Amino acid sequence: MAKRAAPEVNAGSMADIAFLLLIFFLVTTTIETDSGINRKLPPIEESDEDVIIKQKNIFTVLLNGKDQLLVEDEIMELKDLRAAAIEFLDNGGDGSCNYCQGSRDPKSSDNPDKAIISLKNERETSYKTYIAVQNELVAAYNVLRDKRAAAIGEGSFTEMEANYKDVNWPGNKEKLKEKIDQIKLDYPQKLSEVQ
Amino acid sequence: MSKFKKKKGGEMPAVNTASLPDIVFMLLFFFMVATVMRQNTLKIDNNLPFADQVEKLDKKDLVMYIYAGKPSANYKQFGNEARIQLNDDFAGVRDVAAFIAAERASKREELIPFLTTALKVDSDANMGLIGDIKQELRKVNALKINYTTKKGSVFGRD
Repeated sequence: MAKRAAPEVNAGSMADIAFLLLIFFLVTTTIETDSGINRKLPPIEESDEDVIIKQKNIFTVLLNGKDQLLVEDEIMELKDLRAAAIEFLDNGGDGSCNYCQGSRDPKSSDNPDKAIISLKNERETSYKTYIAVQNELVAAYNVLRDKRAAAIGEGSFTEMEANYKDVNWPGNKEKLKEKIDQIKLDYPQKLSEVQ
Repeated sequence: MSKFKKKKGGEMPAVNTASLPDIVFMLLFFFMVATVMRQNTLKIDNNLPFADQVEKLDKKDLVMYIYAGKPSANYKQFGNEARIQLNDDFAGVRDVAAFIAAERASKREELIPFLTTALKVDSDANMGLIGDIKQELRKVNALKINYTTKKGSVFGRD
């Protein structure tokens, strides 16, 4: 029998077809954003008894309709907010917080557990500014938690949380969880919003 | 003198394009994998604000999306004020509760406590609308929310 070579298929137009598909997917692609700032709303039932909080333990942030910031009765730029919040939270005025590195100013917050940040905005405030302020306040907590994590020798707090979520992380997850919870207790996120 | 005579047929050799399909296929596969077909057709402008302290939303099926922003160019007849969009249509603040109830009904019962509401709000919207939405969410006890943002610095870029 005579051997016959199979005729070669012409693949010259494959690139064209691939380009066609490529352009279709290029046009239809929207890389969805699925990350953001997580918040928890307060439940609606109001407790009748008033909780008495000392004025010095509250860090008031006001945002007016023209997107201007008033922090502790003083006008402030957005870029200074993070540092101010850190200073307030890390103050440790009553000395019960042995890891705080603040100035221990008796006029500022007692300890991170008691320190509350109160955020009030008006209806005309733009969403962009609101998110920026939220972001800075969350950043303040994250900076402090990172410091705390570094102090117990774990790198950074965000890294710890990422490790906790990572399925392939080889370490002991229960211990890590304990440490994360401890840091969260050390610097609890007490951010209240006034309606 | 033949020494200086130009060589015949001294054109540039053609570039070999045999690997072009491979490159194109590589790109094609990337985009095929990265593509997420939109669930909702947006009728509003949705230019999300920037933030850098972001956390990822992990389970896609446990997220309820509420959009808000001002109507986009094709829907100018609905005005210039920011509006809420649920699923495929404009909605009022009162519809939020019904929307959450419907979303909850479509999920398995044991997953309901883990549902998160993602607020995808245009950066130019004002907080009055967001405050109303949040109040509605509190009424129906949907307390876990996420302000969806783009990753980037809050300063500078406008």
